[in-house]
Amino acid sequence: MSRARGVLLGAWEFVVGDDWRTALGVVAALALTALLAGGGVAAWWVMPPALAVLLAISVWRVAREHAAAAGPGARARAREDRDGEAGARTRDLHV
Amino acid sequence: MSGAELALGASVFIACAVEAVEALTIVLAVGSTRSWSSALWGVGAATLALGAIVAALGPALTALPIDALRVVVGALLSIFGLQWLRKAVLRSAGLKAKHDELEIFRAESQAARAAAARGGGLDAYAFTIALKGVLLEGLEVAFIVLTFGAGQHRVALAGAAAGLAVLLVIAAGFGARAPLARVPENTMKLAVGVMLSSYGMFWGAEGAGASWPGGEVALLAIIPGVLLTALALAWLARRSLVGALAR
Repeated sequence: MSRARGVLLGAWEFVVGDDWRTALGVVAALALTALLAGGGVAAWWVMPPALAVLLAISVWRVAREHAAAAGPGARARAREDRDGEAGARTRDLHV
Repeated sequence: MSGAELALGASVFIACAVEAVEALTIVLAVGSTRSWSSALWGVGAATLALGAIVAALGPALTALPIDALRVVVGALLSIFGLQWLRKAVLRSAGLKAKHDELEIFRAESQAARAAAARGGGLDAYAFTIALKGVLLEGLEVAFIVLTFGAGQHRVALAGAAAGLAVLLVIAAGFGARAPLARVPENTMKLAVGVMLSSYGMFWGAEGAGASWPGGEVALLAIIPGVLLTALALAWLARRSLVGALAR
């Protein structure tokens, strides 16, 4: 990999992070704001719900992946923990 | 000092303090197990590089026309803020491991002891690890200082707040001679994420041509709104995780 390509890739990862959809959504929301404002329509209301939805989707995707990765084994362990003394184990579940 | 400047200073201060705590853990680990002088040379080199980045990009950013600047800064702050919020929400919901400075310190110290023995002069391992740690953690802060500072044409104020945070963390860390494990990093990251996202959407929309009802007063509604949204998402994510495990 050339050094320039490495620098560009690093910059992309640094700014965009691990969820490019969020970055794309922010740009799209700003573009919609500019479009509405350019047409003389009140556009301040676009960004707050857009950011809330983008954050929710981003969190939901990880939660869904996490639940899928936990699988039936984790659910069984959780049931055992819930019924036994080791209930705290599920509360400390981390990736 | 205006309310906006106070918010700028506080946000940069907290963001910088969090990153400085993380960098300090790495420097303490390699300094105490390998070589303090080499680790400090690494810190110095990284600090110089970060200073050069801020000095070079700060004037370039502030030279942009105000609307273009606010769109660029607004977009970057919103993206960055959402990243911080996402991590804070996931950690709060138990979906991502919380930062454990003591564990990181132990791991870094173990790796430093296991690395090849140093020769005479500069210890390349201690220098490189300290430089990388400070540079990587500091880049995020430099980015926040630049974008947040440029948005209000207050890069110097943002830089001063960042410098003060670094000095305080260094003083606390070297006073305790241990990683600062009791700092509530997740709460601080949540606070920074809220401020970055709030100012990002405010400036971004203004730069794109929108007018907020009440002007800057709108921030008094935006900031609590973003905070409540993040807290609600953390609560929902916790519930969904518990629900998924219980089924």
